[in-house]
Amino acid sequence: MNWGGIVENALRAAVGDFAAVFALAAIGLNVHFGYTGLLNFGQVGFMAVGAYGIAVAVTYLGLSMWVGLAVGLGASVVLALLLGLPTLRLRADYLAIVTIAAAEIIRLTFRSVSLRRYTGGSSGLTRFADEFYAVNPLSRGDYGFGPFVFSHRQTWVLVVAWLTVAVVSVMVLVLMRSPWGRVLKSIREDEEAARSLGKNVYWYKMQSLAFGGIIGSLAGFVLAISTQSVQPDTYSSAVTFFAYVVLILGGTARVLGPVVGSMIFWMLLSLTDNVLRAAVREGHIPAAIMSGVQVGQVRFMLVGLGLILLLVYRSQGIFGDRREIELDVR
Amino acid sequence: MHLRILAVLATALFLSMVPGVPAAAQESGGGEESVRGTITDGDGEPVEGVDIIVETLDGEEVGVATTGPDGSYELELPGPGEYRATIDQETLDELELELRNPDRATLEFPVRPGQSRPLLFPLGESTRSISGTFVRALQLLVEGVKFGLIIAMCAVGLSLIFGTTGLVNFAHGELVTFGALAAWIANVLLGLHFVPATVVGVLAGGLAGAALDKGLWRPLRRRGTGLIALLVISIGLGLLVRYIFLYQFGGRTRPYAQYVAQRAISLGPITIAPKDIVSILVSLAVLAAVGIALQRTQAGKAMRAVADNPDLASSSGIDVERVILLVWAFGGGLAALGGTLLGLTEQVSWQMGYQLLLLMFAGVILGGLGTAYGALVGSFVVGVFLQTSTLVISPELKNVGALLILILILLVRPQGILGQAERVG
Repeated sequence: MNWGGIVENALRAAVGDFAAVFALAAIGLNVHFGYTGLLNFGQVGFMAVGAYGIAVAVTYLGLSMWVGLAVGLGASVVLALLLGLPTLRLRADYLAIVTIAAAEIIRLTFRSVSLRRYTGGSSGLTRFADEFYAVNPLSRGDYGFGPFVFSHRQTWVLVVAWLTVAVVSVMVLVLMRSPWGRVLKSIREDEEAARSLGKNVYWYKMQSLAFGGIIGSLAGFVLAISTQSVQPDTYSSAVTFFAYVVLILGGTARVLGPVVGSMIFWMLLSLTDNVLRAAVREGHIPAAIMSGVQVGQVRFMLVGLGLILLLVYRSQGIFGDRREIELDVR
Repeated sequence: MHLRILAVLATALFLSMVPGVPAAAQESGGGEESVRGTITDGDGEPVEGVDIIVETLDGEEVGVATTGPDGSYELELPGPGEYRATIDQETLDELELELRNPDRATLEFPVRPGQSRPLLFPLGESTRSISGTFVRALQLLVEGVKFGLIIAMCAVGLSLIFGTTGLVNFAHGELVTFGALAAWIANVLLGLHFVPATVVGVLAGGLAGAALDKGLWRPLRRRGTGLIALLVISIGLGLLVRYIFLYQFGGRTRPYAQYVAQRAISLGPITIAPKDIVSILVSLAVLAAVGIALQRTQAGKAMRAVADNPDLASSSGIDVERVILLVWAFGGGLAALGGTLLGLTEQVSWQMGYQLLLLMFAGVILGGLGTAYGALVGSFVVGVFLQTSTLVISPELKNVGALLILILILLVRPQGILGQAERVG
């Protein structure tokens, strides 16, 4: 087994585009779940409207990709309003059901044949981010050091993606220390208390949902641009579950929790994936027990198992503070 | 207690590693994928000589199938993936026939490994005449009733579990799949007839429900784990179990050994397969029995009492933990029965229950979260709505419609049809 290559791949995965995408998605969830106590299980819906915002604006409307970014951001705010309106007055578990349903509605709508002209149906849309690569200041060639060597295109995507992560993290840090952020935390701790102090809890929750949703759509941007394609089935509920694992692994209600969580998460997934694949290929695991196809399925089992074990044994994750996450709905 | 949770998870993982259904072989098998179907005119007479053009989504032509004297056609596909099939308008014009819905001359569909994909191109009066629409509505209504009853059976447990423990069980769909799979194993691998196999499935579902409560949820309740944490754990459990099913069972859908293809019989203006009639009757009988049991028997009364107010029930001498265990066993068994009946019409697949989960939630919330009768009524309404909505919207969007109803009902009447008006926020 080529351990050097496996470790190298794992290290690359830790700084790869997926790690950045899920860091952003989980930062958004952190605003919702970690700071405000909103149980949003439809984060992937925000990612999808962001990604399709660019793709449809460029390929169907013929707009510039930079305008497409604004379309995606606007769509995520609209989605937050639509979701929040009926559910934010209700208990947390209702929000969970409605958001997961909304994310599914979005996926099914985007893949429907009747909207094929706009969204490309189940095959999606491609090649709408040329403008992003056109402004790449790096000249052709490879960049990086040690195992972290990427082509100029990849490097450009990664630099922009991680810069976005950094800027958003600083924003969250500043906002959560502001009076606004303290109101959000007080809503998480005791909604009634916040209300009795004259705060408009409903409106604050709505702002939190929109803010976290915008961050989610940034994750969608990065994913869509780095792959130059959108496909409806990329945006299935499993993505939200992955983002939750990332968030809880790193530690909820911590600014760097989602970022570190995402890097560790993708490193671990790459490690297990590659080790299992190599073991199957070299016959350490008999084919009757596991085939090459089944290795990909093990990933989902591990994520599910990880979610259970984390919540049972270490719900504060790596950085979290147990006192900050004792949420309850009743 | 920690040990017990670990033991449950270890068992789950162990089960996933046991070589089960020859899953490894079938994925690489390949070469068995095809599309098939039968073209009949408005009166049900087979039509010969209609061309169906199949291509990949990139527009690369795979082949042309022509219907034979019995109206049937079949075309081998190069492998699993996404395909597009178009019925050739010219051959239809020659025969002076037209599609019932001209917008659906082209179908797009995924083909799973090893799947023989049926396609539907209904011909007939394209001018949607009043009587045609009426008959179609009636037909869809019957299908909706059948589907609604199945959702209702699966959802009763979901609602009662929420009522008694406060847990929103996102892994409930996996109980549905588990029952259907257990019945499939008994039916196809062990060679039992479908009817006793269903009983095996129901028993397995009940046992699985009870085991989950005893092994996982009760220890977690004792630790005082918060309800949100429990909800997230149920999501993780669902994901774990769902992919164990995929790992063991493979990605293809499989039919039961009996009652696969049945000739539909005419019942007045509508046509229906005998197995669907039996499915409706069985569901009705079981749900009626559930209603009576909840109303009359001591265990049923205890369940409703705990769902209403656990503290009060406990102080009037009801053993709450025992009732919760009973609810899990009962809910698991019903979900398994629902899954088996669903598998009878739509075949068995690893994510059939998960695909039903959101519809169950829609039904349960529509009826009133936590109530048993509400779950029945709400799910029934969702099923009927889902099917009849295809009169006006494209069938691929029917789930969207049902989920939109879920959101709308929360806006207007969050406590549901039968729920008590209480503050839920």
